[in-house]
Amino acid sequence: MNLALHILRQVANAVGLLIAVLVLNFCLIHAAPGDPALVIAGEMGGASADVIAALRVKYGLDKSLLEQLFTYLGSVATGDFGYSYYFNAPVTGLIAQRIPATLYLVLSALAISVVIGTLLGVVSARKPNGLFSQGVTIISLAGYAAPVFWTGLMLLLLFGSVWPILPVTGMTDVARPKVGFAHVVDILQHLVLPATTLALVFIAQYSRLARVNMIDALTADYVRTARAKGLPEFIVIGKHALRNTLIPIVTVAGLQFGHLFAGAVLVETVFSWPGMGRLVFESILRRDYPTLLAVLFFSAVLVMAANIITDLVYRLVDPRIRSGAR
Amino acid sequence: MPPVLSVKDLSVSMNGTKGMVPVLEHLSFDVAQGKTMALVGESGCGKSMTALAIMQLLPEDFRVTSGSILLDGVEVLSASPKELRSLRGDKMSMIFQEPMTALNPLYTVGDQIGEVLRQHRGLSRRDAHAQAIQFLKAVQIPAADKRVDAYPHQLSGGMRQRVMIAMALACKPKLLIADEPTTALDVTVQAQIFDLLSELQDDTDTAIVLITHDLGAVAELADDVAVLYAGRCIEQGTAHEVIARARHPYTRGLMACVPHLQLGRMSNHASAELDEIPGMVPPLGARGPDCAFLPRCAFAGAICRAQPQPPLDRIDAGAAVSCWRHQEITP
Repeated sequence: MNLALHILRQVANAVGLLIAVLVLNFCLIHAAPGDPALVIAGEMGGASADVIAALRVKYGLDKSLLEQLFTYLGSVATGDFGYSYYFNAPVTGLIAQRIPATLYLVLSALAISVVIGTLLGVVSARKPNGLFSQGVTIISLAGYAAPVFWTGLMLLLLFGSVWPILPVTGMTDVARPKVGFAHVVDILQHLVLPATTLALVFIAQYSRLARVNMIDALTADYVRTARAKGLPEFIVIGKHALRNTLIPIVTVAGLQFGHLFAGAVLVETVFSWPGMGRLVFESILRRDYPTLLAVLFFSAVLVMAANIITDLVYRLVDPRIRSGAR
Repeated sequence: MPPVLSVKDLSVSMNGTKGMVPVLEHLSFDVAQGKTMALVGESGCGKSMTALAIMQLLPEDFRVTSGSILLDGVEVLSASPKELRSLRGDKMSMIFQEPMTALNPLYTVGDQIGEVLRQHRGLSRRDAHAQAIQFLKAVQIPAADKRVDAYPHQLSGGMRQRVMIAMALACKPKLLIADEPTTALDVTVQAQIFDLLSELQDDTDTAIVLITHDLGAVAELADDVAVLYAGRCIEQGTAHEVIARARHPYTRGLMACVPHLQLGRMSNHASAELDEIPGMVPPLGARGPDCAFLPRCAFAGAICRAQPQPPLDRIDAGAAVSCWRHQEITP
């Protein structure tokens, strides 16, 4: 079928890109100053030149860059992302542990920002110069302008000490582990602040985008037609105008998935969220190349998956793309 | 029998930066069941605003400042939003100029036709879909049972306008407003659409307000004509009378602008020139009490400059004109 072929082509493209990502990141990281053997030696509390040389041999750091690259690509092909010098564990396991937490965070931030942003935009579009619209504009610009770590810290202060109603660190209550449904609720409670922090940046963009496109849609001929048909206002807006407004939002949401990951690095650090973002932060500090490379690789995988999903959603919303008429 | 639509002394103004600017002044006309009233004039004369005022779909800055619009005995101007919604699409409906943009690109034509029936007749989704196929057949769309699930972009302009007509007539309205329904279409398709409208009118006895600048269509379809210029009605009467004996210089100018083609006869001149009316319609806000056509009129005399524009003067049962010199200049 046409659609299956289309998806297949997209996946093939993605695989090609991912190989490029691997090679490029590998080269970039090795071009950066800093020697992991020295870092490990430092962690050990200092070591002689012999020990450092032994470390180099152990981790294959004595070989040429090209040799290292091919060894790396070969093992990645078998699903082996190497061994983390810092965490002292296989990287694949580390990532598998961290991916769910990041996905929870990123997906809930995406959902919050798209839903709330669109809603705010749609409501303010009804009276573009009204008080509500102006308020939304000001607040969303403030949310957009504030650095994400600062917003995070302020929320952390507010809900951690001034008004302690929400957990501010980690993903679960370590002191009182829970099981079953209570475990889910526990995670959700821990998720509120990090997800909100991350979402705030993006709510601004979606509300602006939804507002502009909704204003546009409301003056469109087909909306006038819908009104001329005697349809009630909630159908005119909720069905005819909204779906047309969603098209650019879907586009932007897909494109911004990468930005969400970037934001997640900071948010996870502020809220000690045990996701890939914090892993990336820690592995950069420790020059833990295998971990860093793997995290970058899996981020790329997720971003590309997001792009493919965006494309599918796009087809779902807009029939003109389905038949290739645009 | 009372007329389906009775517009009396309708005035519309635009709330501009310089206060209220008149857009439409003191327009009155009636349309009886099964009859067609044509509103004729250049762009910017207030034709579309008349249509939107009847539908109560005027753009945000426009207001009806006086008059009355009775639809089947109901005063449209004082109807509540809820009453208006039950009138629109059911008792009165409208076809727009641009079938390309008047349909929502994201829904199938069947859904958009069925929507009217679900709203006003309370049909289920399935029944509305079945009815939509019937209406598509009625507007002569081939393979209607397949086309019902097509999206607007998959249809040609003429087909889309047929879909609009099917949608407008789905609830068998008393009044159909067609706002330049063929302007965006090919000439051959234009004729088909006009034929279709007149066939459907014979079947349903709908009253039609036809907005057009196609005087050929007026001659063919309309029973009555009102010629608008700069928001004022300057000539009104039966289509036959107005076309055969146009009295106002503007109407006569419009008539002279229509190309005439006679088969089998070569023009006497090597190239017969098509007439035009010099100048342009005065913009909104630049319209004084004088005859608005004065600066463009070849027949303007001292009285036209000395007096404000005269009211419509009823000459006989079939015609009324607003011109000081109509008696002198009518051939």
